[in-house]
Amino acid sequence: MTAGSKTIPVLTIVAIIVAIWYACVIWMNAPFEYDQAERAKTEPPGFSELISRTMAQERPVLPAPHQVFTEIYKTTVQKKITSKRSLVYHAWITLSATLLGFLIGTALGIALAVGIVHNLAMDKSVMPWVITSQTIPILAIAPMIIVVLNAVGISGLLPKALISTYLSFFPVVVGMVKGLRSPDRAQLDLMHTYSASRAQTFWKLRWPSSMPYLFTSLKVAVAISLVGAIVGEMPTGAVAGLGARLLAGSYYGQTIQIWSALFMAAALAATLVMIVGLAHTQVLKRMGQKPEGAAP
Amino acid sequence: MMLVIAAIVFWLAMWWLNQRLVAIDTGTDQFKARAINLIVPLIFGITLFVIWELVVRGLEVSTVLLPPPSMIWERITNSLPILWQDFQQTFLKAVLAGYIMGCGSGFLVALLIDRSPFLQRGLLPLGNFVSALPIIGVAPIMVMWFGFDWQSKAAVVVIMTFFPMLVNTVQGLAAAGSMERDLMNTYAATWWQKMTKLRLPAAAPFIFNALKINSTLALIGAIVAEFFGTPIVGMGFRISTEVGRMNVDMVWAEIAVAALAGSLFYGLVALIERAVTFWHPSIRSSH
Repeated sequence: MTAGSKTIPVLTIVAIIVAIWYACVIWMNAPFEYDQAERAKTEPPGFSELISRTMAQERPVLPAPHQVFTEIYKTTVQKKITSKRSLVYHAWITLSATLLGFLIGTALGIALAVGIVHNLAMDKSVMPWVITSQTIPILAIAPMIIVVLNAVGISGLLPKALISTYLSFFPVVVGMVKGLRSPDRAQLDLMHTYSASRAQTFWKLRWPSSMPYLFTSLKVAVAISLVGAIVGEMPTGAVAGLGARLLAGSYYGQTIQIWSALFMAAALAATLVMIVGLAHTQVLKRMGQKPEGAAP
Repeated sequence: MMLVIAAIVFWLAMWWLNQRLVAIDTGTDQFKARAINLIVPLIFGITLFVIWELVVRGLEVSTVLLPPPSMIWERITNSLPILWQDFQQTFLKAVLAGYIMGCGSGFLVALLIDRSPFLQRGLLPLGNFVSALPIIGVAPIMVMWFGFDWQSKAAVVVIMTFFPMLVNTVQGLAAAGSMERDLMNTYAATWWQKMTKLRLPAAAPFIFNALKINSTLALIGAIVAEFFGTPIVGMGFRISTEVGRMNVDMVWAEIAVAALAGSLFYGLVALIERAVTFWHPSIRSSH
């Protein structure tokens, strides 16, 4: 399946979703308009007037897509980046925590995977606990980690990044253990006949052959670190960041603000995953592999 | 200081024990091999808890920062009724209802678009894209729409679990080979027969993969949604209020319950998977 054969179906579905959205906007915001008309003791608005009114409410139950995009445009392009009302400023705060957590998580994940592959005792004892660690809903503990670390004086970027780290190390460990073990018997035996040391086997065989697995895991890890950073921003009293925007919006009923923060987060996630995807194809190209055939 | 040294000694001793245990040559003794595979991670887990206890007591870490496991255990046994109430509100109501509705609707939509390759090609990339998004952010919106009680949490869980299920089921339904499908065609099998006899069984590993992913997602979704407003019961509510009161041992007790519930939920799905997809290589090889 080439990229071209996907475009038209995807666009069709997107168009359908937008159409359903507009229908929902009218349906969900109409009660408010009728209510207003009743209170003002005027005639309920006619159909065409109702439609235009439902799409221009200040605090709609469901904002129309164009309202959300106008808000995004207003808060990104028309505001100074340093302003506290600029969405770019908030997105940058979230992004920096995401990236820091992602880097630590990836490093930790790779280190653990190397240990697991080279030490049988570590494999048998650590691996089950790595899996168990993910059944703990870490996002639920996020507020506690933030508040507790704040109490001892660690605040700012690091607590949020730690949550991202916890979330992102797991896919990297699982993917890298698989990847470092992917060379088959014959290849390992060949290294053996060269009387290669363990380090040589690692750098010349295991590491290169784990690359496709690494990048597949990194895509998952980067998306999940963003979620971690956003949730990590919620309990700090809504200071800054996309998570704080969400929370502030929900306190004051600013639905348009919530939706614009949500769209910004989505765009951020998409960009991050795309960057990792690009790095993936670049690295595989330099290694002389075909991107499609190599992916696990 | 003595306790910290004791922790290090204990860790080294257990490390040595585990190294010895995995070095044992079990030969063909299945029972022995299994016992070792069970004991080694158990020892590692116990070691972690012992080190935690000893280091916290030895370095006199403030209990607000990190309470020792014994204190958390005491709190769990003392406040079982509250924990049970929270569990009922969050898990039995919000998580289960949302999980069943989300996975069910994802599965049904996948079946509905099965006959239209056009819709599949459109929905698959979108579904994959949405799976990577921070969907948890819809929580405040759902709380606004469906109110403070468990219905809004269930709605968040539905949205979070829908897309992984949809994507995995669509991929799974495409997993049956063309050989097998041709065979079903030569039997003049109806769509329903092809589904139940060939394609759904072939899709089962994918579907269970989604069910397993969703089991953890559902719990996270429900708990985080409770941060945006709840009645005065629920695991997320308890965590956020007890953090505010610096009752960190109660928070850890809730976390222990959540971890236990999450592990059991995951384990249950994994057990059902074993029973249903007994033919799959990844399960056969472990015997």
